[in-house]
Amino acid sequence: MAEELYDIEVAVPENPIESFLRMDRMPHIWCPGCGIGTTVNCFARALETSGLDLDKVAIVSGIGCTGRVAGYVRLDSFHTTHGRAIPFASGLKLANPSLKVVVYSGDGDLTAIGGNHFIHAARRNLDMTVILINNFIYGMTGGQVAPTTPIGASASTAPHGSFEEAFNLPFLAESCGAVYVARWTAYHVRHLTKAIKEALLKKGFSFVEILAPCPTLYSRRNKLGDGLDQMVYYKNSSEIKNGAETKSVALDLQGKIIVGKFVDKERPTYIDAMNEHFRKRLGDRYIPSDENKEPNPCLERKSRSAASAGRASF
Amino acid sequence: MAQAVEQSKKAAGSVIIIAERCKGCGFCVEFCPPEILELSSEYNAKGYHPPVLTVRDLCTGCNICGMVCPDFAIYGYITKKKTKET
Repeated sequence: MAEELYDIEVAVPENPIESFLRMDRMPHIWCPGCGIGTTVNCFARALETSGLDLDKVAIVSGIGCTGRVAGYVRLDSFHTTHGRAIPFASGLKLANPSLKVVVYSGDGDLTAIGGNHFIHAARRNLDMTVILINNFIYGMTGGQVAPTTPIGASASTAPHGSFEEAFNLPFLAESCGAVYVARWTAYHVRHLTKAIKEALLKKGFSFVEILAPCPTLYSRRNKLGDGLDQMVYYKNSSEIKNGAETKSVALDLQGKIIVGKFVDKERPTYIDAMNEHFRKRLGDRYIPSDENKEPNPCLERKSRSAASAGRASF
Repeated sequence: MAQAVEQSKKAAGSVIIIAERCKGCGFCVEFCPPEILELSSEYNAKGYHPPVLTVRDLCTGCNICGMVCPDFAIYGYITKKKTKET
């Protein structure tokens, strides 16, 4: 017989993502209504559910509003020069293949200044996860036109509206050879968390584009309301089309947004291809780059000093 | 009794609001599935209106507010109600 009801506190009332953040650096610099914080939230939760060893995850950012993420996440992080997040990440991955490298940066940083690096990392299929926050503009530097600014949108360097064709980033990533391509918005928090988790666990160049509102420089200048109005627009105008042809998912000013997982395929990664090639060419002389073995500089130093000690006693 | 059992099957939860971190963007208020959050008339130290929970009983602890919050200022958690069998 049921007699009384009593409450059991199952979850400890403590914000579960605080352990992923450097709380001493809060509050962050992002404007009220900016969507970058939401994506960090989703990233932290994806990281939590992915089961990855956090000591083995490194996050690399470029410059910009989104570039600040590396400073706010409690992981090994790298805040690099403008546009060069992917080259730094490539070096990190090749020198220490046991790391899971995540590049977290903005549209201006990754596709304008770092566009060259982006296409070549995708072409080589370097094993890294690229999370690109697309707010259609250069946010931190004052709202200049970015390669993603849609035709007709006003920006500080295009006061009469931009007339340039904008990048269709999922198409760019797929045509360059990315093995995982998805696009979500800051509104789709659950889908986005799942997509980031899949991207983290995918071997190869995985790319997630996230549309996020920029209330201060993009929305206000184009009279699109504040961050909340943009989130409501994402909610009302998004259509989920998993497996859609990336050619057909271009964005226009306040038009329909096609979101979903577009590409999920297999291709040998850069390190695998390199190992296979040199094993064929050099045979036993080649020491393969092993993703499960970590280079240990401490051990190396010790052995070197032991060797020199040996020589000294001789 | 039937009602009590019925209620015990429902998910129950609550939210914690850290008012001083809030920047008043209103994401949580807009996207709360049971629509039980609203911006309060109070101010925090930065001059923003933080959200308040209006009807605690309707909160399911789904944590959508915690996911959309860009300032990590709110989160939902589940308090499970159990029926005691005698």
